Amino acid sequence: MSASNERLPRLLALVPYLLNRPGIPVDEAAADFGITPKQLRKDLELLWMCGLPGYGPGDLIDLSFEGETITVSFDAGMNRPLRLTAAEATSLLVALRALADTPGVVDTDAVQRALAKIEKAVGDAQPAGVAVGLGLREREETAEIRDAVQEAVRRERALSIRYYSQAHDQISDRVVDPMRLLIVEGRGYLEAWCRSALGVRLFRLDRIDAVTELDEPSAPPPHAQPTDTSEGLFQPEDGQHMAILLLEPDAHWVAEYYPVDLVTELGDGRTRVVMRYADTSWMVRLLLGLGGEVHVEQPESLADHVRERAEAALRRADHLLST
Amino acid sequence: MAIARAERLVNLVLCLLSTRQFLTAERIRAIVPGYADAPTDEAFFRMFERDKSELRDLGVPLETGRGPEEGDGYRIARRDYELGDIDLEPDEAAAVALAARLWDSPQLTGAAHGALIKLRAAGVDVDEAAPAAVEPKVRTSEPAFPPLLAAVQAGQAVKFGYRRPSPAQTMERTVEPWGVVAWRGRWYLVGHDRDRDAARCFRLSRFVGDVTTLGKPGEVRSPDGIDLLSFVARTEFAPQPSSPARLWVAKDRAFGLRRHATVVDQQDDGDVVEIDLKFPESAAKWIAGFGPDVVVIEPEILAKSVRERLLGVVEGKR
Repeated sequence: MSASNERLPRLLALVPYLLNRPGIPVDEAAADFGITPKQLRKDLELLWMCGLPGYGPGDLIDLSFEGETITVSFDAGMNRPLRLTAAEATSLLVALRALADTPGVVDTDAVQRALAKIEKAVGDAQPAGVAVGLGLREREETAEIRDAVQEAVRRERALSIRYYSQAHDQISDRVVDPMRLLIVEGRGYLEAWCRSALGVRLFRLDRIDAVTELDEPSAPPPHAQPTDTSEGLFQPEDGQHMAILLLEPDAHWVAEYYPVDLVTELGDGRTRVVMRYADTSWMVRLLLGLGGEVHVEQPESLADHVRERAEAALRRADHLLST
Repeated sequence: MAIARAERLVNLVLCLLSTRQFLTAERIRAIVPGYADAPTDEAFFRMFERDKSELRDLGVPLETGRGPEEGDGYRIARRDYELGDIDLEPDEAAAVALAARLWDSPQLTGAAHGALIKLRAAGVDVDEAAPAAVEPKVRTSEPAFPPLLAAVQAGQAVKFGYRRPSPAQTMERTVEPWGVVAWRGRWYLVGHDRDRDAARCFRLSRFVGDVTTLGKPGEVRSPDGIDLLSFVARTEFAPQPSSPARLWVAKDRAFGLRRHATVVDQQDDGDVVEIDLKFPESAAKWIAGFGPDVVVIEPEILAKSVRERLLGVVEGKR
């Protein structure tokens, strides 16, 4: 959206906004609109020139500055904001409905009340064309873990967790300082400062096997930043490996599910992808499971490793099942 | 100095809000500051048309009708313009802030932000940055999302390449879009497939190439009262019965499997465990992944399908 396309809706919202908040500091108002105080002053100077036909001193919007605060003394009839557009109503109501469908996760009672009030206020601009189901999938055990973790986040307490790391196929106990709970793609994650790894980590709730609340506050260091989820949970990092894989049609889901670059459709239903992975043992497990649906083109060492594991598995099965 | 366009538009809104009578374009030209800058009639009408369309795009309800003067006139009905009364309790405002933060999406984040600005202007305090214990997030990273959302909102049919997994082929599809639906983080297009003459769901991750629109805006209307979400959720998920299995697991290995299993017999180099497989169809894939660390004792069919996967790796069949 261009700057001028954003400016007019803001100008129309400013007067009622200020009317509801006499004496509001310029900085605070600017922050609410997501603009600089300098831009806000420019907007106010423009509004000062606007008003009702006649355009005499008594017809123009009147604002007074006192120190760093603003008060509207004449609104020229613009005392309510414009109703929501269909797109605005859609984005807000669809999100609220998605939240309303996650009982136990958020305060759905408050969500339902907010939903009813906003639906009533927007009138005709009902959402259309977009629907979202968060579809949080969790077993009963995970729901219990989530309850405990959520309580710790709310009470800002440190936690001791028993965690299964899929990358290493290991279970370990660690102490973490909870930051927040995230729900992404139907899964719950605890975002916390991990005192073992000395970094912010996302722990999948269905991989936490036990949780104990500690008698000490959650204290992530000041430099612990929440993960930016806008580009996805898993970002390319230094030290990751790359593999070139040839996917048979049945394995195409790999390209949709894991972080892959450079997807090439070969035209016969097969796809060549470059896939990033952090941990070789994890990658070997994935490839073994895919069987003949995937061929490792590079690196050769990975292809050899996977084949050796498969051969060893077949030998062991023959041996165990024959005795 | 010419009067800024934004100033002219604010004055136009104030003028049309304050009048009960319909005002003709000529009246408006005479009253509202800025239009006098137009040197000719033609320049004025061009300017006025552009202004009307910008206001309509913003959702300003411009009414047209006959006034006391000759020709069509304009006004804005206050009850259609103004956002209804709204007052949110603090916990409701927190829910709204959380809802606005749900989106990791340029299109929807912008719209949610616009909605919050209006709610604030209505006197509601919504703190977008307030920390929340739980934060659901929904991304719209598929390249097909923006054009499909636009087509849905414009009511236009779309044409796109779609990859079918099996038999594997990319086909051109023509669809009348009813909505875009996110279910568990995956986006789908739901609509009427013209080629199949039936309602269909399409995964956005399987779109190939560009989405193009067909026909005029407003030609596509979705059926009244359609529940888009149930459409996708219904197509994708049916409950699966779980099935028990008996496995051998090497000592101190395969913890991902052990954490769901019960040891029934401890042996020197490994354990016999029992496990309830919640997703029997994907269990073979999961178990084969552990390689020599896990061997299926029973059921036979699971042992066979794990073996096939391992053979597939060894033979590298094409």
